[in-house]
Amino acid sequence: MTTTPRAVRRKARPAAPPDPARPLLPSSEQIRLLDPAGTPLPAHPDYPAPPVEVLVELYRRMVLGRRFDLQATALTKQGRLAVYPSARGQEACQVGAILALRDDDWVFPTYRESMALTARGIDPVEVLTLLRGDWHCGYDPAVRRTAPQCTPLATQCVHAAGLAYGEAYQGRDTVALAFLGDGATSEGDFHEGVNFAAVFKAPVVYFVQNNQYAISVPLSRQTAAPSLAYKGVGYGVRSEQVDGNDPVAVLAVLTRAVAHARAGHGPFLVEAHTYRMEPHTNADDAGRYRDADEVARWQDRDPVVRLETYLRDRGALDDTTVARVAAQAEEYAADLRERMHDKPNVDPLTLFDHVYAEPTPQLVEQRAQVRAELAADQEGAG
Amino acid sequence: MASMTMAKALNTALADAMLDDDRVVVFGEDVGQLGGVFRITDGLAARFGDKRCFDTPLAEAGIVGFAVGLAMSGLRPVVEMQFDAFGYPAFEQIASHVAKLRNRTRSALTAPIVIRIPYAGGIGGVEHHCDSSEAYYAHTPGLKVVTPATVADAYSLLRSAIDDPDPVIFLEPKKLYFASDETQLPARTEPFGRAVVRRPGTDATLVAYGPAVPVALAAAEAAQEEGWNVEVVDVRTIVPFDDGTIAASVRKTGRCVVVHEAQGFAGVGAEIAARVQERCFHSLHAPVLRVAGLDIPYPAPMLEHTHLPSVDRVLDTVARLQWDDQPDERWVTV
Repeated sequence: MTTTPRAVRRKARPAAPPDPARPLLPSSEQIRLLDPAGTPLPAHPDYPAPPVEVLVELYRRMVLGRRFDLQATALTKQGRLAVYPSARGQEACQVGAILALRDDDWVFPTYRESMALTARGIDPVEVLTLLRGDWHCGYDPAVRRTAPQCTPLATQCVHAAGLAYGEAYQGRDTVALAFLGDGATSEGDFHEGVNFAAVFKAPVVYFVQNNQYAISVPLSRQTAAPSLAYKGVGYGVRSEQVDGNDPVAVLAVLTRAVAHARAGHGPFLVEAHTYRMEPHTNADDAGRYRDADEVARWQDRDPVVRLETYLRDRGALDDTTVARVAAQAEEYAADLRERMHDKPNVDPLTLFDHVYAEPTPQLVEQRAQVRAELAADQEGAG
Repeated sequence: MASMTMAKALNTALADAMLDDDRVVVFGEDVGQLGGVFRITDGLAARFGDKRCFDTPLAEAGIVGFAVGLAMSGLRPVVEMQFDAFGYPAFEQIASHVAKLRNRTRSALTAPIVIRIPYAGGIGGVEHHCDSSEAYYAHTPGLKVVTPATVADAYSLLRSAIDDPDPVIFLEPKKLYFASDETQLPARTEPFGRAVVRRPGTDATLVAYGPAVPVALAAAEAAQEEGWNVEVVDVRTIVPFDDGTIAASVRKTGRCVVVHEAQGFAGVGAEIAARVQERCFHSLHAPVLRVAGLDIPYPAPMLEHTHLPSVDRVLDTVARLQWDDQPDERWVTV
């Protein structure tokens, strides 16, 4: 055994300064305001529950969103859509994010956010244009303040930072919300985007829906971090994790995150723990990488049922309202079905319209060639 | 007329554009206080403030993606990739977003972004500092690809790039940064999509762009001593490409050599050769030949002179244009 020299032993260790990372760190447990059965938990000091009328609207849009999602899957099976990546099970996240924003805020969705876009009030036919295949983006992103759905997974993280910075630079208090998935947090652009937003204090909310799988690859292969929300601290970004199937908590946390960004405190990163109930798309076979028991366990945490139970218990929802919302959802789906029935008109000559503001001489030549081919086809057919 | 370097002309173009349009913002690595490693942004932060000319984190995909977001908010970003090969991390942002934003959204959103890239070799730079990366960009629909060879063009083309409603990859030949010319600014030269005859001639056409233009001009002078009167065409804007000016020249001369620094295989020279042959077949007295960089990774500084198109190599190639109606000896055994 060694003895410590007396002089060293006497010297008192100075008190550690406060840890500057601590205010950025997420809670060690997911924020939860309802238990899985829909029973309210004690109020959280940082995340007050949203007003009940907002929660009723959240419920309404979640029911519509789920019905839309089921309809889109059915349309795919009927061959109306090339492919559809379902968000069933993620309704609390998809709709909660939209309700946390103002209409003039910007949304940066990925391909899995079709439900979120319908919750934003975008015509579902325009939302499904990408997947039907008549153009890439069916809605007007400038009017809807919603970027085209992003398929490269994380590139939108940087766009959101730039847009938010540009809006602030021009004196507007716009917030940008970027959706991304668990797999996308492994992409470089996620890190560059969060870092740029932090350095330039851009008002961005990065909203990670951790639905446990990137197609087939489980979360354990994306990260060794205790939660994806910890990825914020390295960039100096305030972060939080939330039960993504607790609609009240999702909206409460995102409302706080949006307020943080709008107040000029810089970006905010939220990880929502949720689950993709369907395969990656209709073309995927989830049975190859996850078992039915796991899916069943998540079925028991259904966000729509959870919110409905809570609102009924509070007396904010009754059979009449539930039936009315269900009827609205059926009407919404029927209208979508009807309008998706017609094959869209596509004009090959529009291929040349949006490459440059003015087509290059080479494109003018190619357009003339295609026009001649079409005329010849028509003559042949006639 | 005052003697002016290309670097100064580019710097002046940026300053004039910022003065004329509040929406123009300049950012990248070391472009703020330092003024860029080549000083192209010198003085802009001091003059216009660090909100309009600023340094970013060291991340090229971030720089270009940030520019996409700024453009969506209505600004006109001009960004710098510090060196050609340092632009590769940004390639996904350029190819999937900058180039396609207009198309994906049916022109509801556009990306009027200028990506300035000091490019090409001839300055004794170490690896990853000397690439000629124009073909990657020229192959991507939605981008315009521009490279000046003269001081006046440097100013004028950069002003046009910043004013352009579409994204422009603006390739600045490092070798020519400190070459000077008698130029009065603000100079306005031909618009995008116009190639320019830099030296008229009657016997053969040299088609070149960027750092290869002075080489082609020197070769044309030397060829005069051999009795060949050689025309030199400066492409200027690779996209949009001016088929008309080049085809008119080759129809007149009947012979054509394309000169560029980039490796030749699947390069812009191959595209130009194909286009010339499609348009000028009956005027050609010889196959269209190319003088390009070797098909190797950019070599170490002490070996770059072997790689780069030289006046001698251009002259040797001009000599192979079947002046005596004999097939090129190189192909006879193939």
